[in-house]
Amino acid sequence: MDIGGEYLVPASREIVWEMLNDPEVLAQCIPGCEELEATAEDEFTAKVVLKIGPVKAKFSGVVTLSDKVHPESYRLSGEGKGGIAGFAKGGANIRLEESGSDTKLTYEVDVQVGGKIAQLGSRLIASTSKKLASKFFITFCEVAQTRVSA
Amino acid sequence: MSEGIGARVTRKEDKRFITGHGRYTDDIVEQNQTYAAFVRSPHAHAEILSIDRDAAKAMPGVIDVLDGKQLTGDGIGNIICGWTVNSKDGTPMAMGAWSALATQYVRYVGDAVVIVVAETQDQAREAAEAVVIDYKELPAVVSAVEALQDGAPQLHPEAPNNQIFDWEIGDEAPTDEAIAGAAHVVEMDFTNNRLSPNPMEPRSAIATYNAIEEHYTLYTTSQNPHVARLILSAFYQVAPEHKLRVIAPDVGGGFGSKIYVYPEEIACLWASMKTNGSVKWTSDRTEAFLTDAHGRDHVSTAKIGFDKDYKIVGLKVDTIANLGAYMSLFSSATPTYLYATLLSGQYNIANIHANVCTVYTNTVPVDAYRGAGRPEASFLIERLIETSARQLGISPVELRRKNFVTEFPHQTPVIMAYDTGDFEAHLSDAMKAADWDGIAARKAEAESRGKLRGIGMSCYIEACGIAPSAAVGSLGAGVGLWESAEVRVNPVGTIEILTGSHSHGQGHETTFAQLVCDRFGLPIDNVQVIHGDTDKVQFGMGTYGSRSGAVGMSAIAKALDKVEAKAKKIAAHLMEADEGDIVIENGEVKVAGTDKVLGWHEVCLAAYMAHNLPEGMEPGLKEGAFYDPANFTFPSGTYICEVEVDPETGTTDIVQFTAVDDFGVIINPMIVEGQVHGGLAQGIGQAMLEHAIYDDNGQLLTASYMDYCMPRADNLPSFTIGHTTTACPSNPLGIKGCGEAGAIGSPPAIINAITDAIGNNNLSMPATPQKVWAAYNAASTKQAAE
Repeated sequence: MDIGGEYLVPASREIVWEMLNDPEVLAQCIPGCEELEATAEDEFTAKVVLKIGPVKAKFSGVVTLSDKVHPESYRLSGEGKGGIAGFAKGGANIRLEESGSDTKLTYEVDVQVGGKIAQLGSRLIASTSKKLASKFFITFCEVAQTRVSA
Repeated sequence: MSEGIGARVTRKEDKRFITGHGRYTDDIVEQNQTYAAFVRSPHAHAEILSIDRDAAKAMPGVIDVLDGKQLTGDGIGNIICGWTVNSKDGTPMAMGAWSALATQYVRYVGDAVVIVVAETQDQAREAAEAVVIDYKELPAVVSAVEALQDGAPQLHPEAPNNQIFDWEIGDEAPTDEAIAGAAHVVEMDFTNNRLSPNPMEPRSAIATYNAIEEHYTLYTTSQNPHVARLILSAFYQVAPEHKLRVIAPDVGGGFGSKIYVYPEEIACLWASMKTNGSVKWTSDRTEAFLTDAHGRDHVSTAKIGFDKDYKIVGLKVDTIANLGAYMSLFSSATPTYLYATLLSGQYNIANIHANVCTVYTNTVPVDAYRGAGRPEASFLIERLIETSARQLGISPVELRRKNFVTEFPHQTPVIMAYDTGDFEAHLSDAMKAADWDGIAARKAEAESRGKLRGIGMSCYIEACGIAPSAAVGSLGAGVGLWESAEVRVNPVGTIEILTGSHSHGQGHETTFAQLVCDRFGLPIDNVQVIHGDTDKVQFGMGTYGSRSGAVGMSAIAKALDKVEAKAKKIAAHLMEADEGDIVIENGEVKVAGTDKVLGWHEVCLAAYMAHNLPEGMEPGLKEGAFYDPANFTFPSGTYICEVEVDPETGTTDIVQFTAVDDFGVIINPMIVEGQVHGGLAQGIGQAMLEHAIYDDNGQLLTASYMDYCMPRADNLPSFTIGHTTTACPSNPLGIKGCGEAGAIGSPPAIINAITDAIGNNNLSMPATPQKVWAAYNAASTKQAAE
């Protein structure tokens, strides 16, 4: 399942790039993120609570940043196990372009789920993914706003 | 009112079922009952790298957490397929190993890996979540066609290219030749959609181990408890047969899915021994979708040739059948001997050749589901005939009539020898009941309301009883397919019938009792039917293939013959009459032409008192019989479906459905009608609503009733049902069987009707509004362009 979109982030490309590499910002923006700890460069362990349709579960997994092209693009990917709820994996390819003093952020999300989430919530994966992606980027824009005005 | 053969006796068992007093496996609680939960694979294909059971073991209430290495280490055998089918080149079928708990690889989502036993069901489920299994994911394949292609993920080392066998029936060269020389040839592709069985009661098992006696008791949702015991004992080495009692109490529907022995029963039996107690497991609905054997899932191409007079000269069929990740108990027979042997339909076809390739995929095993192979055959031949008629521009009725078998017995080129039937009789009855000839006016009237009306028929034939034993044995069956019965007459004249058939919705407690009423003229309340317990009934083959009437009741009839003969001997002795003059009727034993009479109960009492029996006669009145049928039985019928399609939305309403069946002699018309109604509902489900869908990664997307669409009352019309009768000559009662016909005959009639309405023959099942709308619009666009 592939979902994409774009946002105009009210900050310079350099600031946006920094934010995208800042675990604190990521932890703030990833919906349901309870924990994000760096284990190596560009690698984190994470605990995320997700609700997809009737299934709510805490996913433990790994988040990695890869394919980095400073300050233009990278891939944020994750893989988590939700116990009996099954598993989810996927990622977002993010590209940044300058747009005046702002930054145009384009993303493409791919998601794959298995186990109970797929069995009970497969119809809801697309809409849930869209919702989660927009939550992430709305929060991200808000954080960018506060950074710039700070 | 008579309670004998042919009477509409209300069902004896309904008192407890309707009042909620049925006793199903999950209703039973043993002393110190413990509960099992299974940890299942969330992946369609993966290697098990490690299993960490420690955290789960430490959870509250947990008694033990057991895995597949322990199971195989204890000598529990692999699950087997009970019917050997060889490839056409003689190589035996390639059966991959299937352990009740996976040891190294998991091959479908839901494959059981670990069993957790705890004091409560909640504790078992909580602890199951704490089992940590590290998997290495492997690529998966869910389509049988793709599984055969080069480079496809491989499931079992025993089965290169995922092929289980490549089998054929009939003669290929003469068939090719006949079609090559045909005046008209029609070709078609078919997909028979995959279905989930959905019995109302999910599967359940309670296994109890008695360490002192080294004895096991298994309560289970089975259609054939004796076969389950035999397999559990002989192949899975759970316990010797005399140390294993299997009881299938009230069972809430099976439709084939409860024929098989599943991993859960084996694991519970083994876990009961490991934990020295009683272990209970009941499937939840999602587990049922994931693990109950699915049905159908065929992809076929067919070619039919006609001569210039529209007589069929040859039929060639090529089928790929998806058997899922492992070979279930009768999975090899369903797409071969229960399918390709029926491809002749009701028609006289001199040359038939069918090739069936069976394939492993990363999906739950596929096996018999109501109809088992015959729905796939009837869908193919009846869609093909109807389409041929449309393409050749002749009436589908005329095309059928030109090709009907009219002389019996009729030997088809695909094993079956039809013993009797009158296809014209149910065709003309059905056409009359459905007002076939008045369709033009109804189409015009519907058009004036902006609706598309269509009509379609299906003339099905199927094979029931599944026998005789020697014949199925020569075809590779691992069991005989006879049935047993015991008639126990009590000293007071009441009667217990013990049968190897199993009732899980069929109403045997009533129909089997009617047989006894008919014989002796006793009230139906004086007869009790006992089944489903290996400690009570000596042996039996169980219920599937609409065999309980034709085979199970024939066994009872044979035992009744013996009881009747002995009772007559006793009565003749007591009344000093000739044995040949004794008549038993209305509960009395009389000497014909005299006023000498004894009550039935008096003769029975005399048998047990044994004060005055004929010289040398043993006391008592109890007889048993084994009945091995001489042939399959061949129910047939004509189904006519009339639909109205809304061209704006593709929504299809079945406005009329007519079913006229020839089931041979009918014991209880009310129960037969119920069977037809249920079968039609399932056929309508397959044709319009139901489809079990896996995504490309092998995740089951239809694992709840939110995504798997079952037929509901408002999807069904009021059925018009009729019967014609040719008595089956191969069994003493003339019965053919009625349990599956509705599901076998209806899907092609429905699709023939919808395709007639929309003017596009290219429509696959299930015919959802979206598909119907798209097919209609494709047809009208094409028409506009022309």
